[in-house]
Order: sequence, then structure tokens, then C-alpha cells
Amino acid sequence: MSDRHEEPEAAIAGTSMGGAMDLGVDEAETLEKTPAGPDGAGPEDRPRSLWSDAWRDLRRNPVFIVSALVILFLVFISLWPSAITSGSPLKCDLSKAQEGSQPGHPFGFDGQGCDVYTRTVYGARTSVAVGVLATLGVAVLGSVLGALAGFFGGLSDSVLSRITDVFFAIPVVLGGLVLLSVITSNTVWPVIGFIVLLGWPQISRIARGAVITAKHNDYVQAARALGASNSRLLLRHIAPNAVAPVIVVATIALGTYIALEATLSYLGVGLKPPSVSWGIDISSASPYIRNAPHALLWPSGALAITVLAFIMLGDAVRDALDPKLR
Amino acid sequence: MRTTTHARWAVCAMALALATAGCGGGGDSGDSEAVLSASWGDPQNPLEPSNTNEVQGGKVLDMIFRGLKRYDPETGEAKDMLAESIETDDSQNFTITVKDGWTFSNGEKVTAQSFVDAWNYGASLRNNQRNAYFFGYIEGYDQVHPEEGEQTADTMSGLKVTGDRTFTVKLTQKFSTFPDTLGYAAFAPLPRAFFDDHDAWVKKPVGNGPYLVDSYTRGSQMALRKWDDYPGDDKAENGGVDLKVYTDNNTAYTDLLAGNLDLVDDVPAAQLKNVKNDLGDRYLNTPAGIIQTLAFPFYDPAWNTEDAKKVRQGLSMAIDRKQITDTIFQKTRTPATDWTSPVLGEDGGFQDGLCGEFCEFKPDEAKKLIDEAGGLPGGKVTITFNADTGSHREWVNAVCNSINNALDNERACTANPVGTFADFRNQITDRKMTGPFRAGWQMDYPLIQNFLQPLYYTNASSNDGKWSNQEFDDLVNRANQETDTAKAVDVFQQAEEVVRDNMAAIPLWYQNGSAGWSDRLSNVKLNPFSVPVYNEIKVS
Amino acid sequence: MGRYVVRRLLQMIPVFIGATLLIFLMVNVMGDPIAGLCGERECDPATAARLEQEFGLDKPVWQQYLTYMGNLFTGDFGTAFNGQEVTELMATAFPVTIRLTLIAILFEIVIGVALGVVTGLRRGRPVDTGVLLLTLVVISVPTFVTGLLLQLLLGVKWGWIRPSVSSEAPFDELILPGLVLASVSLAYVTRLTRTSIAENRRSDYVRTAIAKGLPRRRVVVRHLLRNSLIPVVTFIGADIGFLMGGAIVTERIFNIHGVGYQLYQGILRQNTQTVVGFVTVLVLVFLVANLVVDLLYAVLDPRIRYV
Repeated sequence: MSDRHEEPEAAIAGTSMGGAMDLGVDEAETLEKTPAGPDGAGPEDRPRSLWSDAWRDLRRNPVFIVSALVILFLVFISLWPSAITSGSPLKCDLSKAQEGSQPGHPFGFDGQGCDVYTRTVYGARTSVAVGVLATLGVAVLGSVLGALAGFFGGLSDSVLSRITDVFFAIPVVLGGLVLLSVITSNTVWPVIGFIVLLGWPQISRIARGAVITAKHNDYVQAARALGASNSRLLLRHIAPNAVAPVIVVATIALGTYIALEATLSYLGVGLKPPSVSWGIDISSASPYIRNAPHALLWPSGALAITVLAFIMLGDAVRDALDPKLR
Repeated sequence: MRTTTHARWAVCAMALALATAGCGGGGDSGDSEAVLSASWGDPQNPLEPSNTNEVQGGKVLDMIFRGLKRYDPETGEAKDMLAESIETDDSQNFTITVKDGWTFSNGEKVTAQSFVDAWNYGASLRNNQRNAYFFGYIEGYDQVHPEEGEQTADTMSGLKVTGDRTFTVKLTQKFSTFPDTLGYAAFAPLPRAFFDDHDAWVKKPVGNGPYLVDSYTRGSQMALRKWDDYPGDDKAENGGVDLKVYTDNNTAYTDLLAGNLDLVDDVPAAQLKNVKNDLGDRYLNTPAGIIQTLAFPFYDPAWNTEDAKKVRQGLSMAIDRKQITDTIFQKTRTPATDWTSPVLGEDGGFQDGLCGEFCEFKPDEAKKLIDEAGGLPGGKVTITFNADTGSHREWVNAVCNSINNALDNERACTANPVGTFADFRNQITDRKMTGPFRAGWQMDYPLIQNFLQPLYYTNASSNDGKWSNQEFDDLVNRANQETDTAKAVDVFQQAEEVVRDNMAAIPLWYQNGSAGWSDRLSNVKLNPFSVPVYNEIKVS
Repeated sequence: MGRYVVRRLLQMIPVFIGATLLIFLMVNVMGDPIAGLCGERECDPATAARLEQEFGLDKPVWQQYLTYMGNLFTGDFGTAFNGQEVTELMATAFPVTIRLTLIAILFEIVIGVALGVVTGLRRGRPVDTGVLLLTLVVISVPTFVTGLLLQLLLGVKWGWIRPSVSSEAPFDELILPGLVLASVSLAYVTRLTRTSIAENRRSDYVRTAIAKGLPRRRVVVRHLLRNSLIPVVTFIGADIGFLMGGAIVTERIFNIHGVGYQLYQGILRQNTQTVVGFVTVLVLVFLVANLVVDLLYAVLDPRIRYV
């Protein structure tokens, strides 16, 4: 059915799937180190082959370079927002509410008279952290559990899948009001933890479906006949063929998680004021779309660029790992 | 999204509306059979008069019920409606005579018994009526509604039917303005049908007002039609009203623009800027009996000191009320200068500027005052509000920004949203607040008493900050016993001055009612409760 | 196959009990709902106690749960705070939401898969880039804004549709809300299909099919698409529950009185009966949808068998 068994098997452990979607800063290291990782699934006979191939591909791929640069830039302003702004995101003058662009304030002002440019830059830290870390957590937890359920089938599948069902049933609003309202910490961690807790079932289902398909491939049967261990089968033969849908869903989910943070904050259980994030600014500007579209445009634009960068990165990584495209 | 676009929307909306109205002529020649559609919200509680404590249910009750008194839609003055006379010698024992000739829309006569039965039902603990406390002044209330344990009586001993159309009311204490409270919906009469087949009545209420309920689909629509045999002189001037439930007032507004709806009585804040373009002069913005304040937790020692009083005064002076009402609310709220409401009128006890300089925006003096008091308790304040209903987030943020700018500290004031209204109320009743929190008051009846006693009297039901002041309590007691209305108002104002001198709560602004309508309608008015006066609307 | 289905149906029982218990506990953890019923004033203690008794809140949680489950099996879902039977609420909300969800799913299948196939076959071409940009818009602009703008444009400016949905909510009025509701999921379906198609179009069996001289259309639909659908089907199956219970924003904008709205209100008012009742039905929907998806795997990929 597939010709992948002829290729040196890609050794993508569940964890390195997350790695592939990491900030991109350490892309090279992550990708090169993984084969030698503790999972023991590193290729013995022809070391580095798939990974070095992939890395060579990536380096030459302009899509990868551009998206990596964008992500690097986002990380940079998340860490040092004051490098490109001089004002404070909390300095607001109501008499300037909803005013458009003017000297010193290129993006104009929002409904509270805060500078949109400054807030967009300062919002990057929260939004990128929530988006990337929550996606990472969801992808790791979801794909590990989903892969195990899909691979072993039978009782473990039943148990894991039914647990997934129960988690699916929790409405986000209810979960947020119950689980987050008891937490007083004003960091992004509770929000990230919450998104991971309610987000993993989605990836888990996708990963399970992909693994169920992949495990029926001829080369998997062949490897099994040759006495390959379960972990070797799962990590070296099945995972590389099942990773594509997980990457796709995770990169899009990244954007929706950034928006979810805003929903939670609006319910009064996410980040407490005076936190600044794109999601919060997008939500508060939304009702005023008829009068002050600029206040919505800039944080939404920043969100769009971030999502775009990660979608392209995911695409490039997936392509680089797919031997058929070579 | 520029102005031209708005104008085009408006023109389009008008064209559509004209088309549906067949380009009918001028406004005043109303068609007394035409039905209008209006926005509505799903009432929280079953539509029983003594169980309805919010505006949406109140709208319907105002259309299908008439009580002993009715508040004049324009002046708010309590006028006799079904009451022929309410007599008293001592402000404690009242003899009430009901007018002859009134019936419920099912033909049953409205008698003294209709009132007494309704009030006993409302007060009785076993009926779980949310407004039971309105009957709390009547003698025998504590037997039908004890603080704890089972009730020992079914009816209040203070109510006695003395004739077909007369009954007497005995109160536990002197309460001179008691007759003026009788316009509140909880005091409406109820027909026998209410008691005989309660479930059927709740599904399709029967009352004695100018409209009758034609059909009621829970959660989506109520069709009210003009009651042709209505005996009162405030007959409906239109054929009826279709109340449509909207879960978001913005959708209702859009439907109005598209010509699918005739009347919106709550224009969304985000659209206030566009109203002029969208509707022209088919828009109304009038004062309503609602005041918004910031309450303080006086049970917290940090807020119950002499210094804390200065901090409260300082905070009040740090809030730029005019800027906020102009920008955030687009002038649909008015900066507050006392603790009542302009709808009371000068005679009713409203006193413009009673608050004095403490309600004026003076950032420098605010900072000085707070510094003198040793700074904010704990170095910062949080303003707590509930995030699920109303759009409180924006003004809380604006108030905080204003305070921060005045104190020149970006983190002096932060907003603190609470997820649900129930949780917010629980934090209040469990005395868990640590800083100022949102407090709003919508009057039950247009009396100065209603703006002061429930909110600031020791242990009153809406005294959320648990403020307690002997001087204030004494003045209120004295005012309630005063038989002369003008004197009573005067004493109430003295009590209000005590509230001011202690800054028991920071008054923020008076809320207006707003309404927008299609050009089929004319003579649209809002009463002091911000409810449209449906029966006077003319449809062409 | 038959035994597998029976086994799955039996597994629904523990999930059903677990989920209802979990939701029941969660609503209870939120605290005392009575305080929210008296408006901006403190409920008087006697009335509060009476109300607690009426809603059964004065008993320990485990007893409340047992009573609730007991009632459930006799078809009694309890009463909402406004005195309406929960079954009555469900009877009005679910039909509307089911219609809305059907339309949204239809959009996902038709538009999502079609766009996915086109972009997957034409990777890197302008059409692919165009769809990618649309995807970005859908993800980064809130549903609230897209819904509102479409409503203003189509409903007010051009007058093509009614801006709000009437209480009967017929199919034709739900087309725009369905599209708005489906928009984010459309992005997922499109990208999933695109990736699968792109991955599979170079596989042996497609090459073989082309080499056999099969018409392009047949190759795409019978060979390529069928083998690419598993992740898409998985996603849509999981999405049904979300669409039904989570359409809060869409239902608000278009004034649809459906499940999302009732559930949201129930949660905010901490009404255990409403929330648990609605979630219970949603859990059943999830379970059935997942079973159908698992059975579809075997249809799409004959190598997958259930015993």
C-alpha cells in the first residue's frame, strides 16, 4: 500500500513531534539530537540519514527559513518588548479612545485610549506562550495516548477512548469556571494547563485514527513478522506515517488556543487584569468593529502572522520528513 | 466602516421599513389595530407578580396588570389607579377602597379579596416568592414568613377584608409613604384562576391590564393583544405587542435596522455611536431610576477607619465621571452628584450637587487626600465585578485607568472579574470582598426612601457593604414616621448627607433608558423604570 | 462486527455514569446558586432555605446525584430555575441545534473536503495560497466579528436574509449561521484533507491507478480521496459534539435558542438540572458519533476489521 518501508525509518518519537512544532529556535538541535535520544530508537546502521536529509531539505526550503525567522522575531519581542516600544501598555488616556493612527502612535488607540501598537507588542509574550506551550502539551499528551490506544487496540483502546469521551463531555465554560476560578495565580500556567487538560482528546482521536490506519500497512506487518518490538514498531514504523494529521491539527489549534485564552479571561477566570494579550484585545475590540476596526485589525493581524508561521513550519517539517516527496 | 457606510445602512433600513409599512403616512394617525413587535428578554422567574424582580418580567406585568396605584409614565408620581381612596390617620392603619367596575380580562370582578389573597400569597413562605419582603411591614408577616422554621399562619393578621371593595392594612410601624409603594408589581391583584389552576395561569397569565396574553411560548415569544373591554382610561392605542426574546441586544438592534423589529428598548453600548446615523430621531435617551455605585466592605477593618474614609473620598475624586460617561456610555449615563436619581425630581428628594466636590474630578487633590490617609490599603485596590451579565468590564477598566492616571501609578487599581453573578453575590453575602465592588440599584418605586433604606440601613437586604451608622438609621426611622411628605423627604435628605459625609459608597452615574424604533411607530416613551410605555405607542 | 457494536454500546454505560457524575460534581463545586436568584439583594434566609429545599440543594451531594439519576431513568430531568421542565427546554433546543449542526457538518464535508482536494492537488499554486489566507482569516478573526459582519452585510445592507433566526428556525434561515458555525472547523477539514491528499497522491496505488489509464476523476475520488479521509472523518466525528454544545457565540449573534445557549445559561446560573441534563444528551451524541466513526474506518480502509 505504501512504499515507505523501503526508506530508512524516521524515528519520530511522540515527544519529538512536539519538538518539531517548537518555537523553531532550536529546530536544528532538536531535530539532530532526537535520534540519539533516550528512546533508543535511533537508527543504528545508517546514522543521521533521515534526519540529516530532512535538515538539508529544510535549510534549503525558503518557506522554512521565512517561518523560522518570523517565529524568532516573535520570541524576541516576547522576551524584550521594550526593544521596539517606548510606552507602557497600561498607560491609557480615555480622551483618545478609538482615535486612529497619528504620529508616535502608528496603530491608533483602542476603546480605553490605550496605544494599540504598544499593546500588540506587549501582548505577544502571553499569546505566544499560551499558544505554543498549550499546543505542545496537547500534542504530546494527545498523540501519546491516542497512539497507544490505536496501536494496542482491545482493552487499552476501550479504556483510553472512553476516558477521552468523558473529557470530551466537559463544556469549556463549565470547566473554566470550576477549575480556573479556584486558582489565584496570575501567570499563564493555569490557563495552559487547563487548555491541555481539555484539548488533548481532540489530538488523541486524530492520532488514534492515524495509527489504526498506519499499523495495517504491509511494511508494519513485515517488521512485526521479523520480530520487531512494539516500541520499535510504534516509534519507527508507525509514528512517521501518522504524524501528518497531528501536525495539521496542532498548528491550527495553536491559533484557536490563543483565542481561547481570551474567552477564559472574559469569563473572569483566565488571566486577571492588568494582563495584556492579543486575545483580550481582540475580544474587547470586536463589538466596536463598525467604529474602530483598527483596534481589532492589529492584534488579529499579529495572531494571523503567528499562525501562518507555524502552519508553514509544520508544512515544511512534514514535507522534509516525507520520503515520497524527495 | 466609515460614516458613509452607516448612512447607507440607515437608508436601507428605512427603505425596508417603509416598504413593510406600505409607505404609510405621518406618525400621529395611529392604526389602533396594528400590532408592533418589540425586543424582550427571557424572564428569570415564573411570571407571578410577587416573584418578578427584574425588568424583563416587569415589562409584561406592566402591560397585563394594574394595581392600586400607578406611577405616571412621565413624572413617576404615584397616582390612584384601582384605588378609590387610601385613608389613614396615623400612617400605620390604612383603609383602602377599590374602584367599582374593574374586572380581570376573564370577566372576574376585581374586589378587595383579589388584593388580600394576592398579598397573602406573595408573603407566604411556602410559595417561595422572591419579592415576599415587600410585605414585610404588614402585621403578621413574621408568622407567614418566619426567619427560620415553619410558618405558623397562612394569612397576615394585618390584612382584613371589610367589604366587597374595602380592606384595611395594619403595619407594624409608621410608614407614611406606604401608599406610594403600592404601584409596585408585587402589590397587583390576582384572579381566582391564579389559585385554582396555578400551572395553567403561569403558562398563560390573566390580569386586569390594558393587554391580555394571546399566546406565550416560553423562551421565545409572547403575543399580547389589546383588551377591548379594558375599563381604565389608559387603553392601548395599538392592536397589541409581540414580545420577541433576544439573547443579545445587538441582534435585536440589527433586526430593527433590517426592518424585522419595531422597538428595541436597550440599544447596545457598542452601537451608541452609530445610533444617530442608523435611526436619526427615532431614538430616545431618558433618565431612569438606576444609579451605579462602588460599595466598600465595611466589615474589613482596613476600610472601616477614619483614614479609609479619606481614601474613599480620594478615589471618588480620582474618577473622571464625565469622560467615562461621554466616551464609554456615549452620554447614556449622567455623572452622579448624589445618591438618588434625577427621576425623583427636586420635590421627590433628588438634590443635584449634594455630593459636592467629592464627586468632582480633581486628580491632584485626590492624590493628596489618599497620600494624607497613608495611601491605599495594601498599596492597591481591586474593583470586583461579575463578568457574565451587563457590560461592566469596560467601565471598571476605565475607572481603574482614571484612578491610575490620577495617582500616577499604573498598578494602583485593577479590575477583578468574577465568573458568575451567583458567585459574585455569594462573595458579597459571605463578606469576602477585600476592596470596592460594583453595586447597582434599580428603584422599585420612585421614592427617595427606596434609594436609601434598602442600601444603607443597618443590615438592610441590599446593604452589600454592611455599612452601619446610628445617625443614618435614626433619621430614616424618623422620616418614615413623618406624615407630611415634604417633611419626610427633607429628613431623608439629611440621612443622605450622612451617607455623603462618610462616603458610604462612591456614586458613579445615573443610568438612562434608551430605545430605538422603526418609523412605523410614534409616541414612544420610556417610563422612569426604563420600560417602554407600550399602551401609548401608536402604530401606522 | 455485531459483537463489536454490542460491546461498544455496553461501554457507554460506565462513560455515561462517569460523565454525569463529573459534571454533577463540577456544577456543585461552583457553589451556591441561590444567591444569584434574588437580584442585587440578599435573599432572605427563610426563602433561601425554601428554595434550597425545593431544588434539593440541602441534601449531601451523593444523595442529590442518586436522586437525580433515579429520576432520570423515569424520564424526569428536573426543573430549571425559571420553573420550566428541563425536558421542555430540551424539546425546543435540540431540534434547532440538530438542524444547525447538520448544516455546519454539511458545509464541512462539501466545502472543506472539496477545497482540501483542490489545494492538495495544486500545492503551492495561487488557489492553495488563497485558501491558506482564508484559513488564517477564519482563525484569527473571532467568529463574533465574522458573524456580525456577514449579518450586517447580508441581512441589513443587501437584505438577502433575515438577520435573526425565527423561533421555528427552518433550514433556510440556518444556512448563514451554519456557515459561520462551521468556519473554524472548515479550516481544520480543509488542511487535513489537503495534507492527506498531498501525501497519498505519490503513493504506489495512485501511480498504479494512473498507469492503468483510469480517468483522473475516478483516481481522485475512488483511490486518492477514500484513502485520505480517515483523519477527516475522525475530526468531523469529534466535532459534532462541539458544534452542538459549543455554538454559544453563533447562537447569540443570530438569536437561535439552541443547546449552546441553554447550556451556557445553565452553567452561569449554576443550574445543575439543566447542565447535567443537556450534557447527558451530548455525551450520548459523542458516544454514538465515535462509534460511527470507528465503523467508518473499516469502510474506508478494508484492512481494518473489528472483532
